[in-house]
Amino acid sequence: MVSTQQVLQFLVTGITNGSIYALIALGFVVIHSVTSVINFAQGEFAMLGALLAVSLIAAGLPQGLALLAAVVGVGAFAATLYQVGLRPARDASPLTMIIITIGAALAIRGVALVIWGTEPYQMAPFTVGSPLQVGGAVIRLQSLWVLGVTLLLQPLLHVFFTRTILGRSLRACAVNRLAARLVGIRADRMALLAFALSGAVGALGGVIIAPIIFATYDMGLTLSLKGFVAAVMGGLVNYPAAVAGGFLLGILESLGAGLISSGYKDAIAFVALFVILLSKPRWIVRSEQGTEEGS
Amino acid sequence: MKTGRIIGHHGLRRCCAMTGLWLALGLGIAVAAFAQQPIKLGFIPDITGPASSLGIPERDTALMLQAEIDAKGGIRGRPVKLVIYDGESTETKTLLAAKKAIEEERVAALICCSQSGTSLAIKNAVQTAKVPMVSMAASVKIVEPVKDSFWVFKTPQSDHLIAEVLVDYLVSKKVTRVAWMNVDNAFGDSGRLEFDWLAKRAGIAIVANERFGDKDVDMTTQLAKVKGSDAQALVVWAIPPAASVVTKNASELGLQIPLFHSHGVANKRFIELAGPGANGVRFPAGKLLTAESLPDSDKQKKTLVAYAKAFEAKYGPRNTFGGHGWDAVWLAYRATEAAAARTNPDDLAAFRVAIRDELEKIKEFVGISGIFNMSVRDHNGLDKRAVTMYEIVNGQWQLAK
Repeated sequence: MVSTQQVLQFLVTGITNGSIYALIALGFVVIHSVTSVINFAQGEFAMLGALLAVSLIAAGLPQGLALLAAVVGVGAFAATLYQVGLRPARDASPLTMIIITIGAALAIRGVALVIWGTEPYQMAPFTVGSPLQVGGAVIRLQSLWVLGVTLLLQPLLHVFFTRTILGRSLRACAVNRLAARLVGIRADRMALLAFALSGAVGALGGVIIAPIIFATYDMGLTLSLKGFVAAVMGGLVNYPAAVAGGFLLGILESLGAGLISSGYKDAIAFVALFVILLSKPRWIVRSEQGTEEGS
Repeated sequence: MKTGRIIGHHGLRRCCAMTGLWLALGLGIAVAAFAQQPIKLGFIPDITGPASSLGIPERDTALMLQAEIDAKGGIRGRPVKLVIYDGESTETKTLLAAKKAIEEERVAALICCSQSGTSLAIKNAVQTAKVPMVSMAASVKIVEPVKDSFWVFKTPQSDHLIAEVLVDYLVSKKVTRVAWMNVDNAFGDSGRLEFDWLAKRAGIAIVANERFGDKDVDMTTQLAKVKGSDAQALVVWAIPPAASVVTKNASELGLQIPLFHSHGVANKRFIELAGPGANGVRFPAGKLLTAESLPDSDKQKKTLVAYAKAFEAKYGPRNTFGGHGWDAVWLAYRATEAAAARTNPDDLAAFRVAIRDELEKIKEFVGISGIFNMSVRDHNGLDKRAVTMYEIVNGQWQLAK
């Protein structure tokens, strides 16, 4: 019944969606590995990036510049969010902080609704051209952009966090905040930096998927949930694992929809999360103890 | 000591007089307020969320009609007020809004909701509260079975009717094998049930059966399965933006078979979002879209053109959803007017019963979605005449050949 050509198409779709999830997951990991907070406003960063870029293009900016401005803008916004919303509560438990991020996500979505309304917006693809045909499967050019950015960003982040002084200082804050401060790392500033970085990563994800999906004010929630599942699959502190988690989730979804039934697409994501959390594999246990990763 | 002085002889008399005066004054105000109290109709479209492409034109139409109703000067000296809520495209929010409208605002009737899912979600509540409701959603289940839908009416052509016209069209084109895709909600599922049995009756086999979510961003997996089947046509039951994503993906995948949609895509937004992929899409819908090209003998033409002009002057391109809102508001208004002629609107329970009875009696009402003939057995009141097939050519609607 199912031809290899179809399975190939399922895989292509899965990898495209997977790299979207992976991009969001990377943002989760950046913040979590520095502050131990799970930032549920992560999907909203992507939404803001996409809508901001669409508006800037509509205002007459060239696409490249608009994208850059959106990424930097959302990075700055995320830093402000930390400074205003989370910093005053920095001595509270991570759970409190997580709840603050959920509140922030709702607020951001509400404001976006006022600014952009409920209409979906469209953005032109980065490269114009007809989709590629590979072994009978169709690959859209924009999918290659998404995949490329994900694959490029992951090692960059990985190297930054494991090889540079700044990156290592960031991670030190997550492992032991007090000890980090004792050796002269300004934990507050590091958290601020993490939010800015994560905002920029999220926005980058948003602008790059905007030509594939329609950008709407409420796209953030689904992205947050799927990205979160991907990040958890990767143990929440490990960049390559988070990206692998994203791909795994995307492919699982697509194969599940293709081979079993498309009615179960979302159920598959959440069942996967459930099974992973329940079975508590080694890498999650390790990350819970806040020890080293990837190095 | 102090109290003793106040309740003195003079004091007591003055006190009584004052109380009397205040009482009289208060009563007067209350009576005056009572006489002027507006008759309220609750209106709950989905202004935000995935169904906002339906809810916004419905809301806009309602605002437009509120002005017309005000100009009429109200019913028996009372202003008629549409109380508008946002159902937010979710069942829970809609139900809360409906309860608020019924219990706090004490509306005489409800116009709700934009979607089949939300309409079905509040059906029980209005049945129990004994409040007449006019829905703007497609599913035939909203008004059937009639014995469980005593208080519920609806204005859009039901999916049963739409599916019937579509199946007739497919038969006329000699299509015998179709692939099916529907959005994973009440609208899509209800459409699938109706299409399923009508297609079977007409000898059309459904060779692929797929679903997708209303917020999904990529349907190529499902379409790849359709592409691998031997279907002669693909039928999609969804609303934009999801419906547009399917259409866009189908053209990217190079799907060769003709693409059919439901009446869920009868707005310009669908074409804008789907881009060139929308060309060639055929779908059944009401007559509003190309009203000007109808023959002058058509009973609906005058009403359709007038509404389309008024709407487009204020809010942008016409769409059938605004039309469903137009029908719902006027049906409710008419019934309210007739009910007020024989019952006292202050006796809310009796007034609601009267409105319901009047709704059921409406005959030959020329609306946007069709000509309504309500009856005890039919709380939708439309027939096949209300639906035609369209084709999108160069981003424009045309009557399909």
